[in-house]
Amino acid sequence: MDIFAQQLINGLVLGSVYALVALGYTLVYGILELINFAHGETTMMGSMIALAVIGALFGVAPDLPGIVIVLTGLLVAIPACMLLGYSIERVAYRPLRHAPRLAPLITAIGISIVLQNVAMLIWGKQYIAFPTTLLPQGRHEILGASITDVQIAILVLTVAIMAGLVILVNRTRLGRAMRATAQAPAVAQLMGVNVNAVISATFIIGSALAAIAGVMVSANYGQAHYYMGFLLGLKAFSAAVLGGIGNLAGAMLGGLLLGVIEALGAGYIGDLTGGFLGSHYQDIFAFMVLILVLTLKPSGLLGSKSVERA
Amino acid sequence: MNVLDTLTGKAKSRVWLTAALLLLGLVLLPFLVEASLGKSWVRIIDLALLYIMLALGLNIVVGYAGLLDLGYVAFYAVGAYCWALLASPQFGLNLPFWIILPAGAAIAALFGVLLGTPTLRLRGDYLAIVTLGFGEIIRIFINNLNAPINITNGPQGITLIEPMSIFGFSLGKTQDVLGLTLSSPHLYYYLFLLCVALVVFVCVRLENSRIGRAWVAIREDEMAAAAAGINTRNIKLLAFAMGATFGGLSGGLFASFQGFVSPESFNLMESIMILSMIVLGGMGNIPGVILGAILVTVIPEALRYTGDLQRVLFGQVYIDPADLRMLLFGIALVMMMLFRPAGLLPSKQRKREFAEDAA
Repeated sequence: MDIFAQQLINGLVLGSVYALVALGYTLVYGILELINFAHGETTMMGSMIALAVIGALFGVAPDLPGIVIVLTGLLVAIPACMLLGYSIERVAYRPLRHAPRLAPLITAIGISIVLQNVAMLIWGKQYIAFPTTLLPQGRHEILGASITDVQIAILVLTVAIMAGLVILVNRTRLGRAMRATAQAPAVAQLMGVNVNAVISATFIIGSALAAIAGVMVSANYGQAHYYMGFLLGLKAFSAAVLGGIGNLAGAMLGGLLLGVIEALGAGYIGDLTGGFLGSHYQDIFAFMVLILVLTLKPSGLLGSKSVERA
Repeated sequence: MNVLDTLTGKAKSRVWLTAALLLLGLVLLPFLVEASLGKSWVRIIDLALLYIMLALGLNIVVGYAGLLDLGYVAFYAVGAYCWALLASPQFGLNLPFWIILPAGAAIAALFGVLLGTPTLRLRGDYLAIVTLGFGEIIRIFINNLNAPINITNGPQGITLIEPMSIFGFSLGKTQDVLGLTLSSPHLYYYLFLLCVALVVFVCVRLENSRIGRAWVAIREDEMAAAAAGINTRNIKLLAFAMGATFGGLSGGLFASFQGFVSPESFNLMESIMILSMIVLGGMGNIPGVILGAILVTVIPEALRYTGDLQRVLFGQVYIDPADLRMLLFGIALVMMMLFRPAGLLPSKQRKREFAEDAA
């Protein structure tokens, strides 16, 4: 089996998930210039809710086709996360929109802790297994590497969602309102845009993407955990920064790129350092990328707006 | 002293009387606590003192200079591991504290500058995430540096760390002092109290110095501060280094007190706890930060009793008190920001700022 091709495929699949979560960060940042620190936790909640529904449904009606059960889980998780994203904005961010910058960041940390602990109280501290037998089990060989049906589904679904999002932002009335609000909220409001509704809509869209990403990641790894949102969120944020935060194409590119960097890095770090560092250092790549990008090119790969100074 | 000069003789003696009573209270505190709440609480107030030092250190970075640092625990870890490596069987070393503590503080300060340099240009929320990443990197390294060369002993951590020993007088065992038999937690209490007093003194002096004013100026408006002739780069780096120094010192003391360090003790939640001490107490205000540190350390311990309460009320424990702790913290952070954003004991300046923002 070709290690390079295999890690490339793993990286692209992982990167798709990062990209979907990163889109949530970027959408919100583009409009409010705020880092929605609790976004990773929204992803986790999506994953956990879907798994709970899947488990319950499987228990009640084990004869249903697996794909129907999984899709039902997804279709419950999406609106649940939309509601969650909307509530987070209303409770933790909207009252502080004109407060000093630290304030919303601290409420966001608070919300993350609350969500994590609520998830822990409901679902416990152990890993929850995704009943992977429900999903197609096919494996295919490409270029000496293997790819599963689930991975193909993740890649296809991600591309479709991204295309849908681009159309939404560039072609619809809501999209135009979002772009107007991002450029100048006050002017947008004068032009009759309901800025608060647009901001809510942005959180809702981002949360829906997070729910899908959460289900994808748990399907891919076969498990979910109350703490999974933290690292996933951080990495997705790094991806958004890498691509240029506030830029949709940037988030997509950054996500895929970060996934590939991580997978290849984990595959080769042992050889590169003569065995001194092993693949368990995988998690530091995202942080390294983040620090490097912010130091060398804070606007990211595709970002036009430079990171504002203090 | 100029404040005292303005007071009349009677008022002056009242100030001294209060100070003397306070001092007496602090000296007697471990005995009172032991008698009323039990032996384990002496350790808890020791930890509270450690957290006061940490919180005051972070307060320099966050409260004065306005740089949100979510990776502060990394410096604590550096200081703790410095002590752990230089005074334990891990490398068979047992260096005296007057070498280790300054070394730990200096290395932590170096890490502070290392973190500060690439992040100088970043604004609040970006800085928060980068520092968080930095904290995680340090933790991941500590967690994994046990192979191929075993440096940190990985997730198992380092045990059998030598306690603090001041010229042969070990704080690790029960000692007779002036006819009193003092156990190790009591001895550490007085050491930590002294250290806290020192840190408070340094903080008070810094606050009212040129440097302290420069930090506040940068926090308020970096561009204006630069225009006023402040070397913003150096002053920000100094804030990082200062904060890190206190973190490193506390870390060393923690390692010697605990006798055991592991990467577990230095995760992100710890950083967030220290930050929440400052936020709850009152950012940038020394009494506020001290109050916050005490509350955040003591309340979770008090919450342990909710386990008994649940057993009495419902016959079983539904929510593990340790889990309840974090949940309440999360809620408290949100509530504080929404309803009392300047903290329980806000500094005068902060209070004014938030009032202006609301107007």
